[in-house]
Amino acid sequence: MYDIKALYEAESTAHAVQLRLEHPEAQIIAGGSDVLVQVREGKRAGKALISIYMLDELRGIRIDDEGNLRIGSLTSFSHITKDPLIQQYIPALGEAVDMVGGPQIRNIGTIGGNTCNGVTSADSASTLHAYEAIIELTGANGIRRVPIKDFYLRAGQTDIRPDEIQTAILIPQDSYKDTAGYYFKYAMRNAMDIATTGCSVNCRLSPDKGTFERVRIAYGVAGPVPMRAPTAEAMAAGKPVSRETVQAFAQAVLQDINPRDSWRASRALRQHIAVELASRCLTESVHRAGGAL
Amino acid sequence: MEQQYKQVNFNLNGKDVSCVVDIRCSLTDMLRNQFGCTSVKKGCEVGECGACTVLIDKEAFNSCIYLAVWAEGKHILTLEGLLGPNGELSDIQQAFIDEAAVQCGFCTPGFILTGYEILETGKLYTDDELRKLLSGHLCRCTGYENILKAVKKVMYQRLGKTPEEA
Repeated sequence: MYDIKALYEAESTAHAVQLRLEHPEAQIIAGGSDVLVQVREGKRAGKALISIYMLDELRGIRIDDEGNLRIGSLTSFSHITKDPLIQQYIPALGEAVDMVGGPQIRNIGTIGGNTCNGVTSADSASTLHAYEAIIELTGANGIRRVPIKDFYLRAGQTDIRPDEIQTAILIPQDSYKDTAGYYFKYAMRNAMDIATTGCSVNCRLSPDKGTFERVRIAYGVAGPVPMRAPTAEAMAAGKPVSRETVQAFAQAVLQDINPRDSWRASRALRQHIAVELASRCLTESVHRAGGAL
Repeated sequence: MEQQYKQVNFNLNGKDVSCVVDIRCSLTDMLRNQFGCTSVKKGCEVGECGACTVLIDKEAFNSCIYLAVWAEGKHILTLEGLLGPNGELSDIQQAFIDEAAVQCGFCTPGFILTGYEILETGKLYTDDELRKLLSGHLCRCTGYENILKAVKKVMYQRLGKTPEEA
C-alpha cells in the first residue's frame, strides 16, 4: 500500500482543472514512475494525488492545423518511439526517449511527466529544447503556451500555475522541417540509468549540403535545468560544413554550459564529455542530413 | 482521514473480473491479495527490478508502480494466464526449463512475461536487441545468458527458422 492521503481521479481535462482548484495541496500524478517512487521514499508520503492517467484525450501524436507536431502529454515514451510521425519528422526524439530507464518504464512514463518534474537529466528534455518545443497548459481561463526554455524555472520547478495541467507539447513546423538530429546519452549503464550528461543536436543544411543554415544544441545535466548552448549555435550558423566548424562549435559550448560536481560525475568530466558529445552529435546530424565531413 | 475504496472492473487472464480496492493499493497488491496471482513478485517495489511485471493491454508494466484503480477497463495478463486449460506450460515457460534459465525463480515470472511480449510481436531480433528488450529485469542468480537463450530459442521456433537461416 502507498501512503496516499486521498486520490482524486480526473475524468476529463476540464475536470482535472476543477480538481486542481478544489485541492490546491494535491500533487498531479500522470504515469507515476516518479511520483509513486517518491511516495515510497517518503518524500511525497501522506499527500493527496490528482490522477490524470486515465485521460486518453491527452494521448497520441498528430500534426495540428498550424503544422505543429502535437504530442499529447500522456503519450508514453514507447508510443513516441513507435509513432510514424515522430519517425518521419523528428526521429531523434523517438531515439532519445527509447533510452529512458528500461522497457517497462518506457511503457508507463509520459513525456508530460518527464518535463513537468523539472529534472535536468530527463532524456526527452534536451531534444525538446533543441527543437524549441512549446508547452501547452490548460487552466481555468483556457490554454496558455510557454516556450520550453521558459517553462523550466529552476531545478525541480516548472511553470505550472495552480489551476493548470500540461496537455500537450508542440514542436513548431519551422523547427522540425528539413532538419536532422541526434541524441547521445552518456551514462554508466546501457539501461536503468540516469544520464551523466545528455546532448541533443539538430541541423539544417543548405540545399547543396555545403553550409550550416541552422544548428541547434541542448544539454541535460549541464546546468540546473536543461539548456541550449546559444554561443555555439550562433558560431556554427552560416559556416561551411567542415570538420573545423564542428570542432569550433564543440569548443564553444563551454561558454554556455555550467555543469556541477556531483556524486555521479565531476564538473571537469562533464565539460569534457559535453565537448565530445557536441562534436559527435553534430557529425551524426550532418550525415543524417545527407552531408559529408 | 476516512479510507477511500473504489470498484475496479477489468479482464484478468481472459476472464472479466471486478473487485473493490483500497485506492492506496498498487496493482501488485491487488493481483496478489485479491486474486491470488502470486507469480506477481514483490521485489524492489520502485520499478527497478521487474519482478512484478505484468502485461497490460499487451505491454509490459511494473505493477508495483501502477495504481490498482488504473486497471479499470484494461486487459491484464499474469504468468498464471499463460498456462493451458489443463495446466500445460506454454512454449516460453518450457524453454526457460529446458535452457536452465531458472535458479531461485524470483525474477522468472517477470522475465517470461516480457519474453512473451517480445515473442508476440512475431519479429526476428538480434542478440543486442533482445538484451535491450529484456533489460528491465534483474536476475541475481543465473546471470542472463540462459534467459536470453530461452527467449531466442522460442523466437526461432515460432518463426520456423534456425539461427543459421536468419
